[in-house]
Amino acid sequence: MPSANLSYRAVFALVLKRDLTIALRHKDDIINPLLFFVIVVTLFPLGIGPEAQTLSRIAPGIIWVAALLATLLSLDRLFKSDHNDGSLEQMLLSPQPIFILVLAKIVAHWLITGLPLILVAPLLAVLLHLNEQSYGALMLTLLLGTPILSLLGAIGVALTVGIKKGGVLLSLLVLPLYIPVLIFATSAIDTAALGLPYSGQLAIIAALFFGSLTLAPFAVGAALKVSTN
Amino acid sequence: MWKWLHPYANPEVSYHFTGKLIPWLSALTALFLSIGITWALAFAPADYQQGDSFRIFYLHVPAASLSMGIYVGMAIAAFTSMVWQFKLADASAAAMAPVGATFTAIALITGAAWGKPMWGTWWIWDARLTSELILLFLYLGVIALHNAFEDKNLAGKAAGILTLVGVINIPIIKYSVEWWNTLHQGSTVSKLGKPSMSIDMLWPFLFCFLGFALLVATIICIRFRSEILARNSIRPWVRALVAEHLLQEKNNAV
Repeated sequence: MPSANLSYRAVFALVLKRDLTIALRHKDDIINPLLFFVIVVTLFPLGIGPEAQTLSRIAPGIIWVAALLATLLSLDRLFKSDHNDGSLEQMLLSPQPIFILVLAKIVAHWLITGLPLILVAPLLAVLLHLNEQSYGALMLTLLLGTPILSLLGAIGVALTVGIKKGGVLLSLLVLPLYIPVLIFATSAIDTAALGLPYSGQLAIIAALFFGSLTLAPFAVGAALKVSTN
Repeated sequence: MWKWLHPYANPEVSYHFTGKLIPWLSALTALFLSIGITWALAFAPADYQQGDSFRIFYLHVPAASLSMGIYVGMAIAAFTSMVWQFKLADASAAAMAPVGATFTAIALITGAAWGKPMWGTWWIWDARLTSELILLFLYLGVIALHNAFEDKNLAGKAAGILTLVGVINIPIIKYSVEWWNTLHQGSTVSKLGKPSMSIDMLWPFLFCFLGFALLVATIICIRFRSEILARNSIRPWVRALVAEHLLQEKNNAV
């Protein structure tokens, strides 16, 4: 078999392409979390009242919390079907490093769920009367922050993939880990609304991103080994 | 060098060792807590600003630092179990998690009770309070993960990974009062050389702190023993223990 001699880059590309192909064949998997995101955000103006001032004050929080929940809903797909049909075990048994396989799967997950969220976000920001100065901050925090959500979420999914009713447990494990991202992202957007520099918060989110990018795949690999036993 | 440690990897040896430890620990706990609490509540001078309500400090601060200390202990146990495949470490981590969660809850509740007269509010979203709340969620997540697996070995490994991921929160709690300017006051006792509190207030605190630490050690030992029994219930030595116990009960009844 020539596949044993694949370079790391080729392995990465192979897994990424496979996951993207599977996702594109189940388009509702991409669209449903996105619809959830949009619907949750539209609930707030209906519940709180349509005053533009109130809405623009709470818009960053609403968009970010909705993004957290939408990511949480989509996480299940990351390993579940692969675990059910046994391909996850085959991947773990392959001679390729787990780090690369896991990273490719997480990148695919972000491309399927995180990227569409970022593209829809400005539209929702208009609906919520987000302060005009905050759009840049919103996009930058989402761009840096949503990969963190996929990376940390992958740890939770890997831990719970073997459990039958893992859904509620997953949110219990993952949401506390999401809190720092939420705090710094909304703080950056609020600071931008005042016309002040928000590079400090952005730097912290970037640090969280690189920290989780380098460390999370190891934790995911270890957790998958436990889950597949 | 580490040879003396090896016998304790055997559950039976550890079980009997902690059994001998518990009477000593509980006696010391009773001694330190009774001295510390009486001294703190009745004899320590009242604070010049906060009056008598500062006395909740003697419960709040030990609970808060122990909540972090237990988490660190749990993380060390998880690391030991992961690196050296040391199964008893998982049992000890499982024994620690609910104790840590309880002390985190105590720290939060006493903090709220202290915050009402001092800050005028039960709760405020400041950095230390929020990070302590996250610590409580992490504890609850670890406990939930422990309960979710049928196989206790797998549960220990999975919870261990989560524990190690959550360890990042500990330095954030510890230094939150220094990194952010918050309502929560800075540390007053940890500067051992020259603490920024009166020595009359410090001594009862040290007694209280040691007392609560010993209390934690006692509870963890008791829970650790029952974890060992639950995990080794099919081993002959556990069966022998149970048989012995049943025989004793029968004799007592007669």
